[in-house]
Amino acid sequence: MSERSATHATFALERTYPAAPARVFAAFADPREKARWIGCHDEWETLEQAMDFRVGGREVNRTQPPGGQVHGFEARYHDIVPNQRIVYSYAMTVGDERISVSLVTLEFEPADGGTRLTFTEQGAFLDGHQHPAEREAGTGIGLDRLETLLAGEMAAV
Amino acid sequence: MTSPELVPILKHMLNQSPSLDLVFQALADPTRRAMVERLVRGPASVSALAEPLRMSLPAVMQHLQVLEASGLVRSEKVGRVRTCQVVPSTLRTAEEWIGERRTLWERRLDRLGEYLAEHPDHPQDGSAP
Repeated sequence: MSERSATHATFALERTYPAAPARVFAAFADPREKARWIGCHDEWETLEQAMDFRVGGREVNRTQPPGGQVHGFEARYHDIVPNQRIVYSYAMTVGDERISVSLVTLEFEPADGGTRLTFTEQGAFLDGHQHPAEREAGTGIGLDRLETLLAGEMAAV
Repeated sequence: MTSPELVPILKHMLNQSPSLDLVFQALADPTRRAMVERLVRGPASVSALAEPLRMSLPAVMQHLQVLEASGLVRSEKVGRVRTCQVVPSTLRTAEEWIGERRTLWERRLDRLGEYLAEHPDHPQDGSAP
């Protein structure tokens, strides 16, 4: 696809975990720990993985689904406040195409004896590329009927 | 495994893009959703769109303007008939961006919750099982 476009969007997720902020923060700050929960595709092969958790440090992750294109994640940490906040930017590639560039803010706050984690992503989604791995999901975007619309659209094609 | 406190909250879907703002604004109205639902089945004239809606033609035209401004629908006047059709790429862009990223991170944050439950203490260097 050679058509150039950029779509901007922001979304936020909030979770409360029954663990202290320092504990939840460590799950993001410690590369060994992070590797144990962040992967969503166990069957994907990891080609490259590196994480330098400090301001200005980079995180790189390249994975490949069986028979598929290489998915690249390259991030830079911009702000780290221990046990309180992490801000990083990242670019995603699929094959040779850059599909998005985003800014992510993670906020850790004490709440109800645990930690309220707020994840906010602000992104530029480039050239209308789809991210095939996640496409199956596409549900619950808060507009309950959009899915029905899309199903109708597919059927109409 | 999902414990009750792991309730995902989509706090907001604010964005800096006028087009996405307008898309979600346009779809927030039941009449306009009905119009889009009709149009995903195929192009229709304004009067055909208005027919099941029980509202005046000018009112329908106003809704149509909102849909057109969002990029969800485009219309073309041929002779005396204005024909409307949906713009599939706009629908898809909005749905995919939010849907895919949100779902990915919801899954990850679920896994983080499970991981924290199984490993309540931060493992010391070299002691990871």
